[in-house]
Amino acid sequence: MRHRSLLIITTAITAGALTLSACGSRDKSDNSDGDNKKTTVVIGVDAPLTGSLSALGQGIKNSVDLATKVANKNNEVPGVTFKIKDFDDKAVPSSGKTNATSMVDDDEIVAMVGPLNSGVSQSMQGVFAKADLAQVSPANTSPDLSQGPDWPSGKKTRPFKTYFRTATTDVIQGRFAAQYYYKDAKKRKVFVVDDKQTYGAGLSKIFAQEFKRLGGKVVGTDHLTVKETDFSGIADKVKSTGADSVYFGGQYPEGGLLSDQVKQAGADVPIMGGDGIYDPAFIKASGTSNDGDYATSVGYPVEKLPSAKTFVKDYAAQGYKDPYAAYGGYSYDAGWAIIQAVKAVVNDNGGKLPDDARAKITEALNKVSFDGVTGKVSFDEFGDTTNKQLTVYKVVKGAWTDATSRTFND
Amino acid sequence: MHELPQTLVNGLTLGALYGLIAIGYTMVYGIVQLINFAHGEIFMIGGFGALTIYLWLPSGTALSLALPLMIIGGIVASVAIATAAERFAYRPLRGGPRLAPLITAIGLSIALQQAVWAFYPDAKKSRSFPQFEGKSLEIFSNLHIQRGDVFLLIAAPLCMLALGLFVSKSRAGRAMQATAQDPDTAKLMGINTDRIIVMAFAIGGAFAAVAAVAHGLKYGQVNFEMGFIAGLKAFTAAVLGGIGNIYGAMLGGVVLGIAEALAIKYIQDIPGMEQLGGGTWKDVWAFTLLIVVLLVRPQGLLGERVADRA
Repeated sequence: MRHRSLLIITTAITAGALTLSACGSRDKSDNSDGDNKKTTVVIGVDAPLTGSLSALGQGIKNSVDLATKVANKNNEVPGVTFKIKDFDDKAVPSSGKTNATSMVDDDEIVAMVGPLNSGVSQSMQGVFAKADLAQVSPANTSPDLSQGPDWPSGKKTRPFKTYFRTATTDVIQGRFAAQYYYKDAKKRKVFVVDDKQTYGAGLSKIFAQEFKRLGGKVVGTDHLTVKETDFSGIADKVKSTGADSVYFGGQYPEGGLLSDQVKQAGADVPIMGGDGIYDPAFIKASGTSNDGDYATSVGYPVEKLPSAKTFVKDYAAQGYKDPYAAYGGYSYDAGWAIIQAVKAVVNDNGGKLPDDARAKITEALNKVSFDGVTGKVSFDEFGDTTNKQLTVYKVVKGAWTDATSRTFND
Repeated sequence: MHELPQTLVNGLTLGALYGLIAIGYTMVYGIVQLINFAHGEIFMIGGFGALTIYLWLPSGTALSLALPLMIIGGIVASVAIATAAERFAYRPLRGGPRLAPLITAIGLSIALQQAVWAFYPDAKKSRSFPQFEGKSLEIFSNLHIQRGDVFLLIAAPLCMLALGLFVSKSRAGRAMQATAQDPDTAKLMGINTDRIIVMAFAIGGAFAAVAAVAHGLKYGQVNFEMGFIAGLKAFTAAVLGGIGNIYGAMLGGVVLGIAEALAIKYIQDIPGMEQLGGGTWKDVWAFTLLIVVLLVRPQGLLGERVADRA
């Protein structure tokens, strides 16, 4: 396995070198403006900008960028110009940690949006907490991040006061999916597959618990490895267990292939997954046989919300190279939440950014409340979104179509 | 045991794919003792080459008509990159310390991946690859073969046969064997060893391209990262079969593929081993097999001479 470790070392060194050079070249750029002119406030963005999840990452970056541009245009916070600075975590926790350290060291960054992956977030939270730098993730869904590792036993404690998110947790999403499968789709025998990552394993566990609680049967479980392409062994097991449905906790690259191979193995059953597979690439990645597959995602479909019309239009007008993808709306709202927090802090301080801006913004985020792209945006005592709307999407004729949208209740 | 035939066929097709890629590792290693870690990316580029041809053909062209052209397109792309890599990345380092070309290979691998990511249109996500229409073919009630796999099951033995004949019968093939045995003496005998080395890279590239087309037909997609794991597994197959031996590469691939398929399916049925079965542990079992084979036969399944040229 020399190849892999050498590869990782090389990547790490390259990434490190790039980060360092970025630090060196930037420091002196904005200080010559003078004090009375506009203050520049930088919002850090961390997402996988390269690699197989880059489609989602680019959407996050662009949407936050759009939020800052809109704020600047509307003069949302007088005297403050917003800017973003993006960091690529490649969906790798160690890269995320490096990025978090760079952000903390960068005095201009007052808060950040990201990352995409729950696993990456775990490695960043501690770094931000020590520096009082608020983190608003548009996509993390692992409950541990905001409610502590003991949440299943009901002992919820918020581990990091700097952590917020605009995405709903897997507890809600997994249970919602199980309820839909059992009650609406009338499935009774499910085969559960996950990708061994924080997000996928967590989500499928919650799903399986709720499905069993409702009276359904989990006829088999298996795990696949990210970045592999051959899941025919698992597909055969799905067939031989006689499952009438598959639940997959993971991301679209593997999800699309799994769905395809299950159908090729001769098992004519749908696959359901979480927001990780809700992406056009899930369908495109794998031939044509995805009709009937399901995905749950947080919030109502962005295109259908009246509040999102402006977002969709503005995004198109900016001419970004990549679409806003699954988390665009949440990323915009995450960015906007930070902008609102900055606004509150600046107003309290007589129109200027205070010296301890980071801590003040973190505090202000707890009280933020506004109508965003995805609905009402505010955070509860754990930093989780108070928005519990979810949607089930179904593949119809090769495209994701929303099947049901409702508010989750126990 | 009702599902055993299906499991074996799944393993066989996966293994044939590993084997085709492994040829490239083994040929290059046999001749220049270089582990060309960029070979996985050469495989990936073959896939994109074939896809480019398909997209360039008028839409609606039947896949069976397009396939030969796609294979040629893939081979051209792979061979071009493989020989260019040899000429510009490895040849200047020949004769230098062993580690230099190895690190170059790793660097090249990252560079090729990122180049496709950055410059091939829409390659940031998987690009879909044409697939044969229709359901899988039913051989018996408990044995289905997917249409994409048929190509692989025909192409892999044909390619092996052609390569075997080429190496043993043709002049160039014998020159290749001579260079592998002793490059200096081969040179004295009037063999242009530089050309032979280029040829080894080119053949490896061509096989990788055939594998990439098969991979595309099997999984319905190509993406810029697909060379990493495939390359790693193929390298394992080459070592398992005995690196330097072309038949060993194919045998190693098939053994590895079948071992993985069996591990997914049956380990968890062994009492007390439920936790160690399934997709999570298949690589562990495959590599356990590799270690056991290497303990018993350090030269690999079909490998010969190990220490005669250190």
